Amino acid sequence: MKNLVVLSGKGGTGKTTVTAALARFAAGERRLVMVDADVDAANLGLLLAPREREATDFVGAEAAVIDAEACTACGLCAEACRFDAIAAADGTYRVDPLACEGCRACKFVCPEEAVAMEPQLSGRRYLSDTRLGPLFHAHLLPGQENSGKLVTALRRDAEAWAERERPDVMLTDGPPGIGCPVIAAASGADLALLVTEPTPAAVHDFRRILGTLEHFGIPALACVNKADLNAERREEIRVECEARGVALLGDIPYDEAAMDAVRAGRPVTDGDAPRLAAALSAIWDALRPHLDA
Amino acid sequence: MILAIASGKGGTGKTSVAVSLALAAAGAGRPVRLLDCDVEAPNAALFLPVEIAEFRDAGLLVPEVDMAACTLCGRCAEVCAYGAISVAGEQVLLFTELCHGCGSCARQCPTGAISERRRVIGAIESGRAGAIDFAQGRLTLGEAMATPIISQLKDWRLAAPPETLVILDAPPGAACPVIETLRGADFALLVTEPTPFGQHDLEQAARLARESLGLPTGVVVNRDHPGDDTVDAYCREADLPILARIPLDRRVAEAYAAGRPLHDALPDGPERFAALLARIEAEVPA
Repeated sequence: MKNLVVLSGKGGTGKTTVTAALARFAAGERRLVMVDADVDAANLGLLLAPREREATDFVGAEAAVIDAEACTACGLCAEACRFDAIAAADGTYRVDPLACEGCRACKFVCPEEAVAMEPQLSGRRYLSDTRLGPLFHAHLLPGQENSGKLVTALRRDAEAWAERERPDVMLTDGPPGIGCPVIAAASGADLALLVTEPTPAAVHDFRRILGTLEHFGIPALACVNKADLNAERREEIRVECEARGVALLGDIPYDEAAMDAVRAGRPVTDGDAPRLAAALSAIWDALRPHLDA
Repeated sequence: MILAIASGKGGTGKTSVAVSLALAAAGAGRPVRLLDCDVEAPNAALFLPVEIAEFRDAGLLVPEVDMAACTLCGRCAEVCAYGAISVAGEQVLLFTELCHGCGSCARQCPTGAISERRRVIGAIESGRAGAIDFAQGRLTLGEAMATPIISQLKDWRLAAPPETLVILDAPPGAACPVIETLRGADFALLVTEPTPFGQHDLEQAARLARESLGLPTGVVVNRDHPGDDTVDAYCREADLPILARIPLDRRVAEAYAAGRPLHDALPDGPERFAALLARIEAEVPA
């Protein structure tokens, strides 16, 4: 099985649109499993009409709770907390569950044993069926820390499934950024496909995600969305790819039909967006040998 | 006033709106400070003539074990919630990239064998961009934890005189780095686009900003498109005020690609963003 993750650094460059189109081409030729690893903003399912098969609660971290009856307001907990999560309130101390990182430092220092740790329900993970193949996806409850842990749990679900079912390709729609959830989504991937745009912000962040992938030794490929917006920056991307040995698989034109496809809730390859469909089909053709290698 | 710009979905125009509001405030002669809290992908400086004057490391306190004093009792591993320290045979193994810097291992070690050292995971920088006071954080490539850098950036540069407008440009998403950015803000401005993606992620961000953090919240609809009512309908139902709309236009996208924020890309940019700022201030309880 080849494990391909779609990333970008900057958000909103078209990762999900590209993932859905590639899924559509891949599913015509191979056994495919998909993972939506952008659990903060899980959008791949909005294009694939998933039918839920299994759902599992995700209990990510714990948060501290102080028993006001037992608390003597000595303040040792607040002193030990490095996350500004504990403050004095009404003659006792209170934990802000949004700031608590579940480290238990307060519990260890409390002389009255007034601190308990409570598991936090931080989201749900799903296995759903789509017409292109199974989709592993998740919903993060807003305000829960550590989406990276949920991404890791989702990846483990998908890998356990793949161990049994032996698909040819695992296609993961990754989160934006370069930090914890991105590292969780990319770890163990055979290849990353980076979606960038010819804009200063996207090119800047393209270099940051490339550097991150180099750090972890994950080979990268690239494609350029809205490639015709700025010729100079498109050239800058080409030069960067050449210098770093990154294969540039192709360009996708600026086309407002991309938004229409999202509105219709389908991959751009299914609707009235012939230019986008042709561009993505060419990118799939250029990607195929990397999956076969 | 502390104004945080967030979105849920990436690429909706947070940074361009944040920079544009800073330019509008500075244009009106108002003291303004912009903090780029998207430390994984810090882009605000690309739109402004930023000159960095001060630079600091951003880091975490991680354990260091004095093996001469260690009795291999394993208490450190027992108290670590992150699996960042373990005892194997005659050795103490450190996995510092997993360490959140809570200090429990050092505090709980019965022989005082653990001290702490600072591990650098990024940088925070401050300077000026014309009349705008500017600061940003940057996560080092390969590092996982963005939140401590945001927290150190805010500790360093959030406090400002009361007449200063402080604008926080948040990262996308709805998890810990966004919470860290939004904490302590007076208002959350959520930038979205009128698609099912935009709407879905706006709902996540609105739940976080308004319900979890209790912030007054408003919406900017970017790439607005006549005939699409999805985001409008949601905002009406959720009682979220739409404070500005920016039209979908290839010329705006081209100007953005040339490095111009919305303030400069739209023909009436300065007026639009001055009006948006006035609407936000009207929404913030005195």
